[in-house]
Amino acid sequence: MASVQDQEQCHSHAQPGQSAARRELLIEGAGCASCVGKIEKALKQVPGVQDAVMNFAQRTVTVTGDAAEAQLIKAVEAAGYNARGTEAEAESDLLAEKEQADWAYYKRLMREMAIALALGIPLMIYSIVVGEMTVTTNLERLAWLLVGLLTLGVMLFSGRHFYVGAWKSFLNHSANMDTLIALGTGTAWLYSMVVVFFPQAVPEMARHVYFEATAMIIGLIDLGLALEVKARGRTSEAIKRLIGLQAKTARVIRDGQELDIPIEQVLADDRVRVRPGEKIPVDGVVTDGHSAVDESMLTGEPMPVEKGVDDEVVGGTLNKTGSLVFRATRVGKDTALARIIQMVKRAQNSKPPIGRLADLIAGYFVPVIMIIAVLSALAWLNFGPEPAIAFAIVSATTVLIIACPCALGLATPMSVMVGVGKAAEAGVLIRNGEALQTASKISAMILDKTGTITEGTPRVTEIHRTAQRSEAQLLQLAASLEAGSEHPLAVSIAESARARSLPLDAVEQFQALAGQGVRGRVNGHALLFGNEKLMRGAGVEIAGQVDRAQQLAAQAQTPMYFAVDGQLEAIIAVADPLKEDSIAAIKRLQDDGIRVVMLTGDNRATAEAVAAKAGISEFFAEVLPEDKAGKVVELQRQGEVVGMTGDGINDAPALAQADVGFAIGTGTDVAIESADVTLMRGSLHGLADAIAVSRATLRNIKQNLFGAFIYNVAGVPFAAGVLYPFFGLLLSPVIAGAAMAFSSLTVVSNANRLRLFKAQQH
Amino acid sequence: MVLVNILGLLLIGLIVWWFWLYKPGEASAGDGAITVIVEDGVYQPARIRLPAGQPATLRFLRRDASPCAGTVVFADLDISEELPVDKVKEISLPPQPPGTYAFTCQMQMYRGELLVEAQS
Repeated sequence: MASVQDQEQCHSHAQPGQSAARRELLIEGAGCASCVGKIEKALKQVPGVQDAVMNFAQRTVTVTGDAAEAQLIKAVEAAGYNARGTEAEAESDLLAEKEQADWAYYKRLMREMAIALALGIPLMIYSIVVGEMTVTTNLERLAWLLVGLLTLGVMLFSGRHFYVGAWKSFLNHSANMDTLIALGTGTAWLYSMVVVFFPQAVPEMARHVYFEATAMIIGLIDLGLALEVKARGRTSEAIKRLIGLQAKTARVIRDGQELDIPIEQVLADDRVRVRPGEKIPVDGVVTDGHSAVDESMLTGEPMPVEKGVDDEVVGGTLNKTGSLVFRATRVGKDTALARIIQMVKRAQNSKPPIGRLADLIAGYFVPVIMIIAVLSALAWLNFGPEPAIAFAIVSATTVLIIACPCALGLATPMSVMVGVGKAAEAGVLIRNGEALQTASKISAMILDKTGTITEGTPRVTEIHRTAQRSEAQLLQLAASLEAGSEHPLAVSIAESARARSLPLDAVEQFQALAGQGVRGRVNGHALLFGNEKLMRGAGVEIAGQVDRAQQLAAQAQTPMYFAVDGQLEAIIAVADPLKEDSIAAIKRLQDDGIRVVMLTGDNRATAEAVAAKAGISEFFAEVLPEDKAGKVVELQRQGEVVGMTGDGINDAPALAQADVGFAIGTGTDVAIESADVTLMRGSLHGLADAIAVSRATLRNIKQNLFGAFIYNVAGVPFAAGVLYPFFGLLLSPVIAGAAMAFSSLTVVSNANRLRLFKAQQH
Repeated sequence: MVLVNILGLLLIGLIVWWFWLYKPGEASAGDGAITVIVEDGVYQPARIRLPAGQPATLRFLRRDASPCAGTVVFADLDISEELPVDKVKEISLPPQPPGTYAFTCQMQMYRGELLVEAQS
């Protein structure tokens, strides 16, 4: 058993250059030049630190030495400041490094492929033109010995990685694709060398050499791997695009001076200037200026959004027309864009349950193939025609070479990678593979009305008076009562009062009654504001006005009774307009065969009117916030796979109860990361897009898995020679090598087809 | 021929024993983090013993440019991280109940195991 010390030694041996590593930390809270000495001193006292130099203008400190970052941060914090590392934040640098490494690896594989095929192809042509490569004379022995040595050179140059990998895996008691290729090509070469050196050891009919197979297989598999590297690069295009949205530098205003600094060095509370045509570097709140900002790259919303003082701006979006100064609120890893990138990366690497069987099989695959190869060789030796040994070697080699665990292993992750990326491009963030898979199976979708189907910003449409008090007086009292409430209806009353410049009075004894309304005292008047239930409970007579209320409800307005000192004085109606594309998006869902159900706390008549307007035939009305999850269960009991869409604020339990919870955001607030799927823009088209892309991805995964299973299930017995007794067919190891090399490429290419998927079909 | 058949069956037995039945040694996490080298188709060490109920950090150093080595997936822990070439990537693992948790590459060819054990 390896001890910890062994591991640590192994590590220190692995990274000899780390002892003088340089780390950069960002320092927050350093307001004066005198802080510099204090911070540098604190850092120099950390064991392992050789030097620490702070750049005050940039608020960065460069530390030389081998101390861990956590220790350094702790020391800075002990000195009274905050610090954080910069390494993890440069996503674009990581991406560039990855692309560089992939490119170098691609070139290496192509070089190795060229060398292998330079020997393999002439040998193949020779075997086709001249005939079988047999060893009968001493001259032939000599010639084939030379070819054998050249093949060994190819194995060492072009196939070294297979043999080293196979050997290390073997020592580690594991087996992988390298094992199969090394065994297959090694067997063919060894057998051929035995024929060259000891021809008498094998029957005359079996004195063939298979050097061309060894060279061709290595060349073809290197080619397949190289093309796979290229194709894999394309699967991460979406994440590349997101990373590409990040600005490289920011212009910050510090101590009255404007400085252009790398984006990683922007600190919270920095004032940042953005000129027209520039990207907004980090998240913040506008303190000066006015402009239109294009947020389409994150939300999919095509129209630029007007931004003025106190409005939030999001890093990665494009400032179009005016100049803005904003205060940075979220920087580094905390920006919405950085979190979106992390979320997409995490989801891209997660696996839906459909891939589990393939994973289970892949875990046992290679040793099983090795056993099949031995059994196949034994079968040929026992029952095969002469030269049985040659047939045995060919079939065992072909079985080893044709089997492709990679296609099986790649089938699911490659499609998830492209599918999740595609969704992100459409402003849909899918949390993980499981959510992706379940979203593809949704049969019923519950849509919360307010903020989902409608704008979520109700407006007062009518004040129907039933007593002497004027409209303005009524609105003033109602708005004063509702001033402390955040309910959308309350907000609409307050907005109306503000529009009429009505002053608000203090409210006392305020009480919110869930599902009924509110009560309180304003200027000595006892006020009640809410629905029929509230009025009846308080003994307020409303009988004469119920018809009017129902008329308003039938027009998709929400009527609320307003009573002053126990007397009904008005019905105040508010209406929340449908989002302009709700009707079209709901139709898309229905056309996809999804049962759409609306859910609202509104009374039945209003709910019916809104549902009819939106083209929905089923709805749940008068649902209290705490009962929303129960409605989800109700549909689940009917056997539906239920999706629930809401704003994530008061419907979190329902989102959690649903098979897939969709949080519909406005803008790029990804505070709702807990939802299975987050729609970054307000449009319900995002919902239809999410379901469409999940269905397309699952279809793609199934194609891949089916292809990979069929390939192996059909290919391995064929290679073993099951067709030989009936049709005299036995697969050549070279054909097997080509099939194997291109099977995983096919999987990756099929996954890449998803890139062409157009989510929005309206 | 009998001898050949016996040898063949022995070979099959050897494959079963070597790849499935034999349990190789493991590394333990003491005070420091374990560094896992990702190279030539294997994680080294591939079996890592961790105490149950405690968070742990693994340091992955990918030496292999092959894209197969590019991602390490702890499927049971819902962790999936990309590994840069020739750079240490620290992966923090949340506390786990006792059990065996696999970590693999995306294609399940690189394979390792976390043996999370209750402390006596």
